[in-house]
Amino acid sequence: MSQLDDLYRRVIMDHYKTPRNRGELEDGSVTVNLNNPTCGDRISLQLQLEDGVVRNVKFTGEGCSISMSSASMMTEAVMGKTSEEALALADKFSALMKGEDVQFEDYEDVEALSGVNKFPARIKCATLAWNALRKGVEHGSGKHEGIEQ
Amino acid sequence: MKSEFPILQQDINGHPLVYLDNGATTQKPRSVIEAVKRYYEWDNANVHRGVHTLGSRATDAYEGAREKVARFLNAPASRQIIFTRGTTTALNLVASGYARQTLREGDEIVITPMEHHSNLIPWQQAAKATGATLKYIPLQPNGTVTLEDVEAAVTERTKIVAITYVSNVLGTINPISEIAKIAHRKGAIIVVDGAQSTPHMKVDVQALDVDFYAFSGHKMCAPTGIGALYGKAQLLERMEPIEFGGEMIDFVELHDSTWKELPWKFEGGTPIIAGAVGLGAAIDFLEQVGLDNIEAHEHKLVRYAMDRLSSIDGVTIYGPPADQRAGLVTFNLGDVHPHDVATVLDTEGIAVRAGHHCCQPLMRWLKVSATARASFYLYNTEQDIDRLAESLVKTKEFFGYESIG
Repeated sequence: MSQLDDLYRRVIMDHYKTPRNRGELEDGSVTVNLNNPTCGDRISLQLQLEDGVVRNVKFTGEGCSISMSSASMMTEAVMGKTSEEALALADKFSALMKGEDVQFEDYEDVEALSGVNKFPARIKCATLAWNALRKGVEHGSGKHEGIEQ
Repeated sequence: MKSEFPILQQDINGHPLVYLDNGATTQKPRSVIEAVKRYYEWDNANVHRGVHTLGSRATDAYEGAREKVARFLNAPASRQIIFTRGTTTALNLVASGYARQTLREGDEIVITPMEHHSNLIPWQQAAKATGATLKYIPLQPNGTVTLEDVEAAVTERTKIVAITYVSNVLGTINPISEIAKIAHRKGAIIVVDGAQSTPHMKVDVQALDVDFYAFSGHKMCAPTGIGALYGKAQLLERMEPIEFGGEMIDFVELHDSTWKELPWKFEGGTPIIAGAVGLGAAIDFLEQVGLDNIEAHEHKLVRYAMDRLSSIDGVTIYGPPADQRAGLVTFNLGDVHPHDVATVLDTEGIAVRAGHHCCQPLMRWLKVSATARASFYLYNTEQDIDRLAESLVKTKEFFGYESIG
């Protein structure tokens, strides 16, 4: 199971068992609901965007260890970042999923998910939360609902 | 038996492959692969039109496969076998070509919550289009239906009862013959989803007295892209084609056309000829092994699997006891998400399905978002199940599931 150790590193299990920023925002300005119809993973992401900055972010949802730990990490990574910085991080995460050697200087936990690129069927689990973030930031304000294929 | 299946001879992630995703699709024996290859190397041509030798050979091969399917299901005549892309297409053909043409407002379609989306959404849509009502026969806590509940659900207004023979999630074997009697007594027809039954047990559409019966080839050793719909002759005659074009026409005028007779009026376009040839070869293969032997073998396996898996602390098995189910086991392992279970099993060379199995209403009934499923076929062994059980124990240790949640 050494291959697995790469995938489910301690840090992933830590985020899965003790998710950060899980819950709902009372004053969230953007809500994004996404799901993976093929597997049933779903996330509801709430963002509080102010002057182009992610002031607060929370998520609820259900899914496997990869999708939920990735959501937890994402919220920590983008908290306090500008919209541009948050989108740049989402791009970086896409690169990480393609197996590219990228660093998350401010928040290294995310790199624990690099092993997911060896499991093609699981990449969509890891990217679900980041896709929700991208939709939320790009739409800026107002409610947005979407289905992730 | 495994030696007949080339694909099963490989290692996956450093372990000999244990393929337990037969409910999704089955592997192909050498004889089926060879039959498809031989068709393309020697007989390929379009059917029903070439005057030349290859055209005749291709037509004979295609129509020969239809004869085999008719005999396999004990249909009265091969013209009652419509080749389709699979079960989904076959059920949609009935929903569009029969249900939408005949249903009126206030009519009822009766189904169960254990239906695959393919035997649910076509009826949902037909009901919406015609103003008919979609009704559900409730499930017992162990995932079966009682005949009393069928009696109560099917009324004089019911025109169609659509039900799966075997549940792809619970493994439940439904009493089709008895349900058909109830449906007919109330003046309804019965449509049966045979995707999970046809590969695993002897099916006799006349003894069951079903009006329509659909199945897929790829779940019974044949290639993907081929399946069939059986229908009673007078119903098929009444049905309108839903696909128009080549192959299905009789005379074409500028402003009107007439259709060929059964079964060709439902087979517009060049069909999946090689697929039909492969299906014929698969039927030969299964009949050589014997459907009764396959059923007995899988029954032994499912009993063994339920014993082994239920002895693992934290495993929840869904569905009826072993003596009331077909060869599959759907389960969860503590709080470990089934996708995580499937990924760990994959690293051990074991293929299982994880997800909602195209049964979202049933998942809600089970109060789970997803499950893992091990489904067996004639080439599986008790050793395969031992490997599954051992790997599940490892998975549990890996996730330390007791401390989750």
